[in-house]
Amino acid sequence: MNRAPISLLVFSVVVLVFLPTILPSYYVGLVVRMLIFAIFAMSLDLLMGYTGLPSLGHAAFLGVAAYAVGIFSLRVMNNLIISLALGLGVALITAAVFGVLVLRARGSQFLMLTLALSQVLWGIAFNWKSFTGGDDGLPRIPRPQLGMFLDLSGAINFYYFTLMFFAVAVVTMYLIVNSPFGMSLEGIRESETRMRALGYNVWLHQYLAYLISGAFAGLAGVLFAFFDGFVSPSDLHIVTSAKVILMVVLGGAGTLFGPVLGAVMIVALENLVSAYTQRWLTILGVIYVLVVLFAPGGLYGPIRRSLRKWGIQ
Amino acid sequence: MTIWAIQLLNAISYGMLLFLLASGLTLTLGLMKITNLTHGSYFLLGGYVGLTVAKITDSFVLAILAGTVAVGILAVFIQRFLLNRVLQDEVSQILITFGLLFLFGDLALGTWGGAPQTIPKPPLFASSFPVGGVTFPTYRLLLVALGVLIALFLWWFQEGTRVGAVVRASVDDAEMAQASGVNVPLVMTGVFALGASLAALAGILGGPLVGLYPGADLDALLLAMVVVIVGGLGSLKGAFVGAMVVGLLDTLGRVLLPELSLFAVFAPMAVILLVRPGGLFGRT
Repeated sequence: MNRAPISLLVFSVVVLVFLPTILPSYYVGLVVRMLIFAIFAMSLDLLMGYTGLPSLGHAAFLGVAAYAVGIFSLRVMNNLIISLALGLGVALITAAVFGVLVLRARGSQFLMLTLALSQVLWGIAFNWKSFTGGDDGLPRIPRPQLGMFLDLSGAINFYYFTLMFFAVAVVTMYLIVNSPFGMSLEGIRESETRMRALGYNVWLHQYLAYLISGAFAGLAGVLFAFFDGFVSPSDLHIVTSAKVILMVVLGGAGTLFGPVLGAVMIVALENLVSAYTQRWLTILGVIYVLVVLFAPGGLYGPIRRSLRKWGIQ
Repeated sequence: MTIWAIQLLNAISYGMLLFLLASGLTLTLGLMKITNLTHGSYFLLGGYVGLTVAKITDSFVLAILAGTVAVGILAVFIQRFLLNRVLQDEVSQILITFGLLFLFGDLALGTWGGAPQTIPKPPLFASSFPVGGVTFPTYRLLLVALGVLIALFLWWFQEGTRVGAVVRASVDDAEMAQASGVNVPLVMTGVFALGASLAALAGILGGPLVGLYPGADLDALLLAMVVVIVGGLGSLKGAFVGAMVVGLLDTLGRVLLPELSLFAVFAPMAVILLVRPGGLFGRT
């Protein structure tokens, strides 16, 4: 049921590959932002939609990875491979520690714990000025150099760079959610007790899902640090965590492409509305409420159904 | 020595403010199980309404009345028309209450402006009195007295009155309470409005001390959450002890480790959760 229509998939790939040749470079940057947030939203969906563990602190992993890249690139050296490994590693270690703590709770207590732990990191980033730059964040993070032919400072090159990671993330996620492991996660979402009775190690499955989810959020964080060239405490904040929940729910939790759709829509809206009005937060607030009232199951399902009605498979 | 006595008094009065703020959240989040991220907005809106009324009427008492009643009414509408549709659904609750937090924060910014403002202290408590070689503001003593009074009142209300018993019954077993003739939806709306009004009260009483500014809603929300998590969800006693602990840690942190002052609040919370996942006085 998670299989996307083939024709739509081919269409998307062609569009994504040729997009920078049509779009002005400002919009190429916007699409990069969409792709990064799509990876971030997909990572949360693995936890929230597939495993049934909604987290209110997912920004923690995006943020620590971005900070790791920022601090390393600014203070030590400018190297893609090490930055990437460091970002993913720090996100994984954070997830490994947090996972042990938060998986003892469920429901609203799980939400509070994930929020609380991410706020611990936010508090560190905000206060430890000498290390993290404090409230001002870390500006002017350089993009990595890949040798003379691959310069990532240009919008188009960086677009393909991000697209490559996005493709890797989508394929990996697809393989994970369609694997026996992914099926077990959905089983745990539906009924933990039943899966436990069937002999599954529920905790280990949830822990692994938490680690994988954290690592992918970390990947988004690494890309975000390079793309924006700026990391600040707000990347760790509850506002970022809530925004990614909105993306997942708006697109459709528990589907592979729903979060991508949600990320694209929210980033586009953010960009469009903030250009025309100062009251962007009012509109975003109303969107939060409207999504729950009118699209609680997300937009991906209805869109799939209407496409199928028109015979697009 | 006097410096530490002053800091201790500061910590206790700040803790009382935190208790007022967190007692409301422990009702809505802990007892009613509503992931209520709008709690910080009730603090901010209550404070701003109080500020406007205090400016017009010059009366601190009227400011308190207006702020708590206005926020209480707002909360009734939110609970009736929005949150009632998403009972038991935490993700939807997060989205609605966080959306409202954005909405109210932005509307407050548009209405009251972006400059930090403080509510004038009531004239009777605007003075300071000498302690050793330094002076201590009387207003902080008022806060301590009010905090203790309200804590006692809430405790008496919950444990010693018929209404309190009805509330506890409605929360523990809504169906049985309903079957025995309790109007459970009405009780729930009442508890939710009370929780919001307590946050508004904290906003007005805190107005002369911590001030009102854009972003105060989020700050208040997070502090209240820390208190509730440390104390244990749904426990008034927990909220009181948690508020004192956090008030002390925050005050000490600002003095001893100014570079890591927020960390001084969040890190012990993580430690407490490690030892007691349900908080100090949590049910689980």
